Amino acid sequence: MAYLEYQNIFTQVQVQGEPEMGMNGDVMGAERTTRASYSTWVGWLGNAQLGPIYLGWAGVVSIATGIVAFNIIGFNMLAQVGWSIPEFLRQLFWLALEPPGPEWGLTIPPLQEGGWYIIASFFLLVSVMSWWLRTYLLAEQHKMGKHIAWAFLAAIWLFLVLGLFRPILMGSWSEAVPYGIFPHLDWTTAFSIRYGNLYYNPFHCLSIVFLYGSVLLFAMHGGTILAVTRYGGDRELEQIVDRGTASERAALFWRWTMGFNATMEGIHRWAWWFAVLTPITGGIGILLTGTVVDNWFIWAQDHNFAPDYFDLGAYGYDSYGSYEGFGGISAGGE
Amino acid sequence: MLPKWFNDWNSANPTNIYGPAIVIGAAGGAVFVAAMLVAWGQPYATESLQTGPRGTGMERVEFVSTLAAGDPTVAGFEAIEPIVPRRGDPLAGDEYDVVPPALENVTAANYERLLTSMRAWTGIPDLLEDPDSYQTQVAYRMIEMTQNLNENWSAHVNANAEVGVTCYSCHRGQAVPNNIWFRVGDVNEAADGWPAIQNRVTMTSNFTSLPSTYLEQYLLANEDGSYTPIAVHDLSARVARQPGDPGIQNAEMTFGFMNYIDNSLGVGCTFCHNTRAFYDAGQVTPQWATAQLGIQMVQEMIAEYLIPVGELLPPERLGPVMADAPMAACRTCHQGQQRPLQGLNVIGMYPELATTSGDYDYSAFE
Repeated sequence: MAYLEYQNIFTQVQVQGEPEMGMNGDVMGAERTTRASYSTWVGWLGNAQLGPIYLGWAGVVSIATGIVAFNIIGFNMLAQVGWSIPEFLRQLFWLALEPPGPEWGLTIPPLQEGGWYIIASFFLLVSVMSWWLRTYLLAEQHKMGKHIAWAFLAAIWLFLVLGLFRPILMGSWSEAVPYGIFPHLDWTTAFSIRYGNLYYNPFHCLSIVFLYGSVLLFAMHGGTILAVTRYGGDRELEQIVDRGTASERAALFWRWTMGFNATMEGIHRWAWWFAVLTPITGGIGILLTGTVVDNWFIWAQDHNFAPDYFDLGAYGYDSYGSYEGFGGISAGGE
Repeated sequence: MLPKWFNDWNSANPTNIYGPAIVIGAAGGAVFVAAMLVAWGQPYATESLQTGPRGTGMERVEFVSTLAAGDPTVAGFEAIEPIVPRRGDPLAGDEYDVVPPALENVTAANYERLLTSMRAWTGIPDLLEDPDSYQTQVAYRMIEMTQNLNENWSAHVNANAEVGVTCYSCHRGQAVPNNIWFRVGDVNEAADGWPAIQNRVTMTSNFTSLPSTYLEQYLLANEDGSYTPIAVHDLSARVARQPGDPGIQNAEMTFGFMNYIDNSLGVGCTFCHNTRAFYDAGQVTPQWATAQLGIQMVQEMIAEYLIPVGELLPPERLGPVMADAPMAACRTCHQGQQRPLQGLNVIGMYPELATTSGDYDYSAFE
C-alpha cells in the first residue's frame, strides 16, 4: 500500500491555522478583500487557505467585460434555438457564435450575421488584455520578475493571431474562429484542410515539439522533485544556491541515465521556454497560413520535406483485397 | 469462536491484509480477463481492408459483427426470371391501358412480371393501375430514370461488377424511400447568412456541427445552371488571392458533404483519399473517380427527373421547410453500404430496366 499512499496527486502535508493575510501597505493592499478561510478539500490540491483576493481595477474590468462577452455568446446560442432551455442544453456543444461570412470582409455586419461576434470579440479582447495587465501589476506589487505575465502574453499572442492579426491581414473577419465547442473544432479541421494540411507547416511542427516537450519536461521535473523530497529536494530555491544531497542524487540520476542533466535552476528555464515557445511558434505558423503560404503540403514538397510514396503500393482496395471478402456479395449472387 | 491461540497470535502480529488483498485481487482480475480474451477471443473483433500504400493509414475498418450482419434489406429483394419473348408475343403497349411509355415494347408476359416486381419493390400494391393517380405519372418518370441510370451511368452503377439499380435500390419495399432529402435552408433562429446554416444537430448534418446545407449547395444547380465546384485548395504553395477564392467556410461545407458520403457508404476519408493531400488527384483511389461520377449522376438525376417529379406530387409529399421535391443522393441508394445492397446484382434479371432503347437483351436466359 505504500505506493498508493505515496504516489497520488494529493498534497500530503496540510497547514491550517491563523490565515496569512499578507502586508497591507499600499493601495493595492487596501483593495484586497479582508476575509480568508480554510478548506481541507482545497488543501488536498494546494494551499488550504482560500482568500484574500486582490481584484484591482484591471481585474474588475476583466471580469466585467468577460461576463459581457460570455453572455453575448450564450444568449446568441439561446436565441438560435428559439429561447428553449432544454434545446439549449441539448445542443450546447454544437451551438456557436459564428464570425461573419466572407462577403463582409473587415466591415461590421448586421448583428445576426456576425455583428454580435465582433462585439463579443471586442469585449473578450478587453477582458483578456486587462487580465494580463493584472498579472503584470500583481508581479510588480510583489517585486517579482514578470515571467508569468510574459508567459501569459505568449498564449495571448496565439489568441490574437487567430482572432485579430490574421483576419486583418487576410482582409476578412470570416477567417476568425467561432465561439463554440464543436464548431471551433470544425474550424480547426477546415483551416488545416483549406491550407493544404497544417501538419506540413514547420511552425506547427515546432509548436507540437514544444507542447509535447513541455509535457515531458513537466513529468521529468515533477517526478524528480517528488523522488528527492525525502532529502529536502522540494526546497528548490535553497537547492539552487546551496546544493545538497537531493540535488546531487537527482543530477546523478539523470546524468547516469542520459549523460546530461539540467540544474536545479536550469530546469525551470527549460520548462518556461518550452511552454512559452509552444504558442509563440504556433502563432507564427498560423500567421503565415494564407498570408505567405496557401498550401502547406505543396510547400513541403517544394522544400523536400514531404516524401513521395511512388514505390510503396497502389491506391485502391482492389490491390489489397476484395469487396467480396469484406462483407460484399459476389457477382454470382452469394 | 476462533481458538484463543489464534486470536492471541493475530493481536501479537498485526498485519495489513487489505493492501495485499487489493493488489492480488487486481492482478488476479487482470490475469482472468487476459485469459478470457485468449480463450474466447476479442468480443469486438475488427477486420480491415487496405485501400492505399502501406504507412498511410489508408484502410476501412469494420467490426466483424457489422460485416456479418450486412444489410437486412438484401433478403427482401425479389427477382423473377424473365420470359424470353417469342416472335408474335403481344406487347404491353398493345395489351394494357396504363403502360409506362418506357416499357411499351416489353412483351405482355414480361410486363406482368415487371409489374409484380415493381409493386413488391415499392410497396404500392396497386401501382400503375389507376391512370389518374399521381403515382402512375411519377412511376412513368421513375422507370425512365432507372433505365437512364443503368444505361448512361453504367460507369457508376456497374463500376466494379454488374449491379445496376431497380426501384428496390432506393425504395426497399416502401412507397417513399428512406434517406431522401429536402432543402432545409437556415437551421438557426435569430441568425442570417453563414451563422444560420450550421451548428445544429440535424439529420442532414449527420449529428455534427458542420453546415446542414451542403447537399443543396453542391447537388442543386445554381440559377445559371452551373454547379458549385467542390474545391477548396490552392494548387501551389503560394498563389495570388483572387476575389471569390474558397475560404474556410467552403472547406467546412465540403467537409460536411464528404462526411455525408462517408456515412452513406459506411467508409471513411481514406476510402478515396490519401488524407495528407486531399486535393491531389495523384493520391486518390479508383473509388474517388467512381464517387465523382456518382456526384454528377445525382446532379443530373435531380435536375432531369426528381425536381420535375416534384410538380406531380401532392403537398404532403413535399419538403417540410421549402415545400420542394424530395431528392436523392448517395445515402438514398447506398444506405450505409460500400455498394448498395452489399453489391447484390439487382439488374441481371431485368434487362427491361437496363436500357432506354426499347431493345431488350434476353440472351442470358435463352
